[in-house]
Amino acid sequence: MSVIDTMGPPQKSGSVLGWLRRNLFSSIGNTVLTLVAAYLLWLTVPPLLNFAIFDAVWTGETREACLGEGKGACWPLVWANFGQFIYGRYPESEIWRVNIVFALGFIALVPMLIPSAPAKRFNVIFLLVVYPLIALVLLAGDRPGLPPVPTSEWGGLLVTLVVAVTGIVVSLPLGIVLALGRRSSMPAIRMLSIIFIEFWRGVPLVTVLFMASVMLPLFLPEGLSPDNLLRCLVGVALFSSAYMAEVVRGGLQAIPAGQYEAARAAGLSYWQTMGLVVLPQALRHVIPGIVNTFIGLFKDTTLVLIVGIFDVLGQVRAQLSDPNWTVPQGALTGYLFAGIVFWIFCFGMSQYSSFMERRLNAGRGR
Amino acid sequence: MQKPVKRGSGMGISWYNPRVRSIVYQAGVLAAVIAVVWFFTATAQENLERLNISTGFGFLDTTAGFGIIQTLIPYTEQSSYGRAFLVGLLNTLSVAVIGIVLSTMLGFVVGVARLSPNWLLSKIAAAYVEVMRNIPLLLQLFFWYFAVLRPLPGPAESIEALPGVFLSNRGLILPDPVLDAGAGLFFGALAAAVVAGFVLVRWARARQRATGQLFPALRVAATLIVVLPLLAWAIGGTPFHLEYATRGDFDFSGGVRLLPEFVALVLGLTLYTAAFIGEIVRAGIQSVDRGQGEAAAALGLKDSTTLRLVVVPQALRLIVPPLTSQILNLTKNSSLAVAIAYPDLVAVFAGTVLNQTGQAIEVIAITMAVYLTLSLATSLAMNWYNARIALRER
Repeated sequence: MSVIDTMGPPQKSGSVLGWLRRNLFSSIGNTVLTLVAAYLLWLTVPPLLNFAIFDAVWTGETREACLGEGKGACWPLVWANFGQFIYGRYPESEIWRVNIVFALGFIALVPMLIPSAPAKRFNVIFLLVVYPLIALVLLAGDRPGLPPVPTSEWGGLLVTLVVAVTGIVVSLPLGIVLALGRRSSMPAIRMLSIIFIEFWRGVPLVTVLFMASVMLPLFLPEGLSPDNLLRCLVGVALFSSAYMAEVVRGGLQAIPAGQYEAARAAGLSYWQTMGLVVLPQALRHVIPGIVNTFIGLFKDTTLVLIVGIFDVLGQVRAQLSDPNWTVPQGALTGYLFAGIVFWIFCFGMSQYSSFMERRLNAGRGR
Repeated sequence: MQKPVKRGSGMGISWYNPRVRSIVYQAGVLAAVIAVVWFFTATAQENLERLNISTGFGFLDTTAGFGIIQTLIPYTEQSSYGRAFLVGLLNTLSVAVIGIVLSTMLGFVVGVARLSPNWLLSKIAAAYVEVMRNIPLLLQLFFWYFAVLRPLPGPAESIEALPGVFLSNRGLILPDPVLDAGAGLFFGALAAAVVAGFVLVRWARARQRATGQLFPALRVAATLIVVLPLLAWAIGGTPFHLEYATRGDFDFSGGVRLLPEFVALVLGLTLYTAAFIGEIVRAGIQSVDRGQGEAAAALGLKDSTTLRLVVVPQALRLIVPPLTSQILNLTKNSSLAVAIAYPDLVAVFAGTVLNQTGQAIEVIAITMAVYLTLSLATSLAMNWYNARIALRER
């Protein structure tokens, strides 16, 4: 082999053919992979598109519209039950309350998510303290002249969001306390934190929910028996606190010892050091981790249906057994719809999380 | 952050002495925890007496009186609750082990495919990850079970995917491997080859360390593992033959049957977890510095050798800890079986047994203890493995 190989002319970079040759057919092995991949696509994509779009039934008032050979997804089933999927059995005349809660949450959340929006501190306080209280009063009613709506009538997306938001609102402060406890120099507090965290992380959420729904009432005084949803909320909150604690601990570990030493040299107390120096940095590091925990929590919300609470998935399942809408392709349609709903929420959140990650890294790269 | 405290520095018993403060804090927290635990225990005792619920683990010996659709050990309706617990535990373990093996394999394929220079393949892998990760596992299980497997046609119209492999609403029917006369010799030879290969590799490594001489141990071991069983086959006759199931009008006879619940659970757990493992594998491989590969090439190592000796060992360091938590997640997620009526530990024990006996505290405590033990045991084993392969710095 000579030292200087003769080189061919540079490949024409702009053309489609050149791109194809470089990315799909550069070698025999690569060509085989391309063919395998194309076969996989051909196996999955056309049937899916046919079912969901081309052969699907789009309009109709009753199940008869969806019956017959060769018909795909039965979308009228979804249109007809849309209200249930979002509000559950919440009384129709009171639905405006749920809508206000949704709207308020949206209005408070959007500036929170935009890094450059002002008044972040008030925004956080509103979102984590004021908003949950307003939402509770509006949804449950019974206080300022609003007729009460028992939680057994809540359902659908409303329950999904209530469980997920409660989980995050409680788990964030509790998780921070637990993470600090786990890194504390006091052995008793450290041990208790470790036991708490490892216990909740070591058991499946299903058993936590079972515990909350069948075992918790036995541990509370007679008469003080919280309703099923509240019990599940307690279980979910404790469960997610343990995961949040580990996320926060990761952030705490990333803070160099010099920060602690400098704070102590400046005469700050433990709580001042943590509150003013360490936590603001640590939490900023773990925003993506917090978002990921929230995504996990949002998906785990579906498990409440195992103890008889109807979230989006539970509500979809309930409507599938409705005799007015029993069609052969009902299950596929319903789960496809629920899948799309969850996918939009979770994908949106994960995109936001990676946007934040890039943003935070961009600052460090200077 | 142990704070150095000078003894006898004149602070004495004062609030400003950090030692005193720390003891007071800890005593306070401990007292609060003990008070809460005491309150709950006392209330529970009161409630149990009031509701006339018996306590203790005596119920484990009483007759269960219900059937279970899949049992790996002998079990009848006359068996005890304790036996039912074992059945559920074994069902959980079997789903978890099969799911872990399959999802790790698929996860590695997905992770490598995402890094493939083949544009189409990497895009497909990326789409797979984004779809699977962002849809709740429970929804996926419902999809596979209620929307795909249950509506399959009955045995008479079942789909024959491969010769002897039937898909129907009775589950997945596979041909049954039946052992022949040559089985003992064949599997004995296989085991001997594996042991010999293992010893050979260790010996070669020790010799290389001591003398620097190379011996192609891996190649010889691989040859042994292929050739010895083949020899046994030739001498002792066929080790096993496949007994194909026959399709009846109402059911199949013969063959190995995998219940639709089992298939749905394994399929859902595998596809879901593989997406996460794929991301872990991708991150692990990407973390290996480009220069490492270039340095290996500069030393004259072949591509395959570079991969095996330079890239993979370093990638594994980053892959193993998060892979451990995925394995744990899969094991814990197998408890979703209860939603599609696969008789795992939670469905059998925290479901049926709890409903029949009403002994919520004991049943939930046992169930949680099992998962805790599994989790802690897995973490210990993986931590041990992780410590073995971890980067050794000064």
